[in-house]
Amino acid sequence: MKKLLNNTYSYWFLVPAGLIYVTFFIAPTFMSFFFSLTRWTLFDWEFIGLENFIMFFQESSLKVGFRNTLFFATVTALSKVVLGFALGLVLTMGIRFTGFLRSIVFFPTILSIVAVGITFRRLMHPAHGAINRTLALFGISGPNWLGNVDIAMLSVSLVDVWRGVGIATVIFIAGMQAIPRDYYEAVSIDGGGFWRQVWHVTVPLSRPATNSVLLLAMIGGLRTFDLVWTMTGGGPGFSTDLIASIIYKQYQAGFYGLATAGNVILFFVVAAIAVPLFWFLNRKEVTL
Amino acid sequence: MKTRIIMVTVIAIVALTLPVFAGGQGETGSEATGDGQEITELTLLVDNQSPIEGIEAVAARAEEELGIRVEIELRPGGTEGDNVVKTRLATGEMADLMYYNSGSLFKALSPERHFVDLSDMSFMDRILDSFKETVSVGDGVYGIPADSAFGGGWYYNRRVYEELGLEVPHTWDQLMENLAAVEAAGIEPVAASFADTWTAQIIVLGDFYNVYSEYPDFAADYTANEAHFADTPIALRGFQKMQEVHDAGYFSANPVATTFDEALAMVATGEAAHYPMLTVVLPNIEAAHGDLINDIGFFGQPGSDPDDHGVTLWMPATLAVYADGENVDAATRFVEYFVSDAGVEAFLSARTVTGPMVIEGVELDDAYPAVQEMLTYVNNGLTAPALEFLSPIKGPNLEQILVQVGLGLVSAEEGAAEYDRDVVRQARQLGLEGW
Repeated sequence: MKKLLNNTYSYWFLVPAGLIYVTFFIAPTFMSFFFSLTRWTLFDWEFIGLENFIMFFQESSLKVGFRNTLFFATVTALSKVVLGFALGLVLTMGIRFTGFLRSIVFFPTILSIVAVGITFRRLMHPAHGAINRTLALFGISGPNWLGNVDIAMLSVSLVDVWRGVGIATVIFIAGMQAIPRDYYEAVSIDGGGFWRQVWHVTVPLSRPATNSVLLLAMIGGLRTFDLVWTMTGGGPGFSTDLIASIIYKQYQAGFYGLATAGNVILFFVVAAIAVPLFWFLNRKEVTL
Repeated sequence: MKTRIIMVTVIAIVALTLPVFAGGQGETGSEATGDGQEITELTLLVDNQSPIEGIEAVAARAEEELGIRVEIELRPGGTEGDNVVKTRLATGEMADLMYYNSGSLFKALSPERHFVDLSDMSFMDRILDSFKETVSVGDGVYGIPADSAFGGGWYYNRRVYEELGLEVPHTWDQLMENLAAVEAAGIEPVAASFADTWTAQIIVLGDFYNVYSEYPDFAADYTANEAHFADTPIALRGFQKMQEVHDAGYFSANPVATTFDEALAMVATGEAAHYPMLTVVLPNIEAAHGDLINDIGFFGQPGSDPDDHGVTLWMPATLAVYADGENVDAATRFVEYFVSDAGVEAFLSARTVTGPMVIEGVELDDAYPAVQEMLTYVNNGLTAPALEFLSPIKGPNLEQILVQVGLGLVSAEEGAAEYDRDVVRQARQLGLEGW
């Protein structure tokens, strides 16, 4: 093995990429662990132990932030799995205009998230927005999508699903196309109809795709910031604050040490959810 | 072979990264113009929301008279801009001149480390002490005023007032009566623009004249952690006033979806009768709505005593000279020129100011009606500086908390208590005593 490597490429080829990775990722990560233990003004720092972590957990909006983050990640991840699966199913059935429909479904994904956020903020305007005006044509008085604290979080989640379902669909399509036709034929020979084929072949054999979508959507949801920030800024009040937007506001306020502590916490929260999830989902895959 | 690869790699990395770092160096310095006169180029960093036509006018004149050319660099405003400023100071990349808020924000930059102390300069004698305090640390004074001061209170639509036969209120109760009369006439009493959350703060911040008048030491006690908003009745009044306006249903419809610009349009056209706001943005109304600016009037947020009706004043932004810049002498000459008679004249020729100048001996003869109304408070001595110029403590979440109060999500008392908790982090970050 060693000989083989020596004969092909030198490890030195890793140096340029490695240097960039160490300078811009590894080093800042370890520096952030250090600065999270200090009171930091960018000009100088003072070591204060765990005070930042204590202060961060006392933040009154943090509870809301955690709840919103979990809500957002769960709702969007599950919706993307269900909708992505359904769309993937339809788009692999060989119906007409498949190529066109696939493009339509994928289209929102290539848009800038900030542009999506600003656009939907206008579309969801309670009085002048296109959504409520359309609803008014049918005599329905639409809700105050982003202004009502009870549904603002749900409105933002809806937009994220619209934007992110394209990627999920593509992953599902790839997974479904990899399923050999033989299995479907076997079911149909046994007299199984369409739903039986879906339930007993497509669902179990799409498991790797499902896992990828769930994991990606979950991690993406936990770290989401840009969409929520452009749509509501965390408001009204603190009602759509996420962990990431709380951290961002602390950087803005100049609490660099405190905000860095928040990032360290977010790092561990994402790891604490993503690692077991990854492990659990992969184990299921093996036992299939 | 191996050494050659290392060498190539190192050279490649150096070649790739050098231009990135070199890009940070601004091209400042001296150059000779066609007619042989030496022109010194300076850079000036300013946010992209502040009016700069006055500064540009002074710069144009300075190029002719001093041979100093000022290159203006724009940065984002608000808290995002604060991060740009702090990063550039921390990395030693600040422009020769920096335009920035005076008061608590400026002092959070540790000005004594970064900027030239102007306290010994003779041209500082004509700057009012009330301004100098907001840019001083110890005995050092680190900036000049870059604009006029301005007031915070209530815009009102003079046409609506005339049609309804209303008078400018001198107590809070009279104001509430006016709001009721306006609502009865089918006009929105108060424009609310909580989409731009900072605008939700004016009712509390603009109430500080009343706090200061009753409890002059509040700012000192507040800084020392001995007085707070929730347990000081007169300070709590600002939060309560916000709640009263909400409870009576006087805020305009869909406040969370309404932006600052839309609210300015509402009060300018008379769709809304009032808008709690700072006078500094009056030029925005003129720019967007032209002559309607003359329909805008202004009064300070009233308290309970009709004979003690004043206005809360904000100090102008400051222009500071970066001490580690390459052209400190030229930059110092520029700020000297900025506050000289010639500089002020050039400034006023291009900028319609929105409050009193803080330079001695400067009279304003041409001002918006709203500013003229505000100047009567100034001339009668009925002013107090805003809290942020008396205390370094300003919590970052005040705007969101006040949106909650303004929407009725929390009560005034809960909001005030939440804000008292919010400022603890700021006080500790600043390393203040007693926190």
